[in-house]
Amino acid sequence: MKKSMFEVGRSSVNLPMPAYISGCGCIAGSKEAQGPIADEIDSLSTDDKFGMDSWEAAESYLQKEAVRIVLEKSGADKKEIRYMFAGDLLGQSIASSFGLLDYEIPHFGLYGACSTCGESLSLGAMTIGTGLASKVVCVTSSHFASAEKEFRFPLEYGAQRPKASTWTVTGSGAFLLMGERTTAALAKITGITTGRIIDFGVKDNANMGCAMAPAAADTIWQHLEDFGRAPQDYDRIITGDLGQIGSRALYDLLKAKGIEIEDRHMDCGTTIFDIEEQEVGSGGSGCGCAAVTLAAHILPRIKSGEWQRVLFLPTGALLSKTSFNEGLAVPGIAHAVVLEHV
Amino acid sequence: MVNEERIRISPDAAKEIQENSETLEGAMPPQESSSAGADKAGVGSREQEKEKQKQEYNEYVKQVTPTKNLWWQMCKAFIVGGGFCVIGQFILNTCESLGMDKETSGSWASLLLVLLSVILTGLHLYQCLAAWGGAGALVPITGFANSVASPAIEYKSEGQVFGIGVKIFTIAGPVILYGVFTSWLLGVFYWIGIVLGVV
Repeated sequence: MKKSMFEVGRSSVNLPMPAYISGCGCIAGSKEAQGPIADEIDSLSTDDKFGMDSWEAAESYLQKEAVRIVLEKSGADKKEIRYMFAGDLLGQSIASSFGLLDYEIPHFGLYGACSTCGESLSLGAMTIGTGLASKVVCVTSSHFASAEKEFRFPLEYGAQRPKASTWTVTGSGAFLLMGERTTAALAKITGITTGRIIDFGVKDNANMGCAMAPAAADTIWQHLEDFGRAPQDYDRIITGDLGQIGSRALYDLLKAKGIEIEDRHMDCGTTIFDIEEQEVGSGGSGCGCAAVTLAAHILPRIKSGEWQRVLFLPTGALLSKTSFNEGLAVPGIAHAVVLEHV
Repeated sequence: MVNEERIRISPDAAKEIQENSETLEGAMPPQESSSAGADKAGVGSREQEKEKQKQEYNEYVKQVTPTKNLWWQMCKAFIVGGGFCVIGQFILNTCESLGMDKETSGSWASLLLVLLSVILTGLHLYQCLAAWGGAGALVPITGFANSVASPAIEYKSEGQVFGIGVKIFTIAGPVILYGVFTSWLLGVFYWIGIVLGVV
């Protein structure tokens, strides 16, 4: 069978006409404001409800605000945006639906758990790279309190957090993708490897790093295989929210396959929080974790040329309260995008 | 019918899929080669291999996942749980010194401890206490009060009926249900004992 001009290997896409990330905006809450990358985040609040009545409304506000910031920073008008690729962690993705309602931009609602940032950037870049649109916005968010409510216990319930657990980031990141190269371009997306759903039978919902590590390892392995590259071709290989323990598992899984990434690996979950000081368990997590870290910390380094090529792969744990209660394992997924210096 | 046709995989095709799908799964420690020669073995052994791989990974995860120090946890639980008991005893003694009988004093102790827990929950202090003290904060009556108060706070935004009304017992519900059921069961045994003249 003849492959299309974009298909590479088994699950990757090559974009000869790259998608330029022309702008980004991010906003985060009070805990992130005490974290190591706080200075780089566009907007911070000490009020985790952001003046809203409920946690869900607060998360909607995060998305609305992130998109407002990216549009303002890049001077783009909302009417120029062809599509919006958005997602969050709440049931039926209500944070995106309600938060982005007022923009009246053609909308694709996505769910890939914490990997949604990678999923939205992949789809956005595919749309741009194949010429279907000239400007799209990709936005994802998560909120600690709404995620606790959705997946765990009420916030004030006296439960102890296991050491392997992760702390959902309260924040949102939005990215403007364009087909046209401008001077403002922060980076370009030149390749995509779409993750598969990988189940290694981990049933512990408090150890999502280890549940997602096999998916991350699979996507990295598949990516290197598809593009015929080695880890040395990247300045950084950045996972979304494996945390300290999940990262360990990732190294070991890849080592068994003869791939060494430890020297160039970075995890957004252990970057956005100081895991020694902030009592976040194994690290940060959530759609907002990868999105905020990408916007605040990673893109500026690619723009400056400090990093020439980065593999960015947000990781997601595909579970719900129901699947967990019914005794199902926690499958993982990881979507990779190649970010390059312009 | 159409679906059935599509789903069925011939042994040859299954073997082909198995051979072609070189994936990360090969990354796990080598597995003993099973009877690969047999026609039907393709699907079966692959299933087995997957199961084995899951088991091995879970064992690995167990090894790398850090746990809390049990003795230190128990020590902290003793301090917090013991603290609540001391407060309870103080209330009990005070009531008795005011001339109340033992039962009334006990009721006051429970009542005030529950009130204290609910107030601490509302002020976001009980959660911090439980995060440190673990079961010491969970097991006493104060933990039960916390498990009722916290959903009430959380689901307030969903309304009085479908929010608080429906969800207030999401955590305490099982305790109430099985508590009542166990008491009923014991009652039945007690009754049987009386009928048989044992009790």
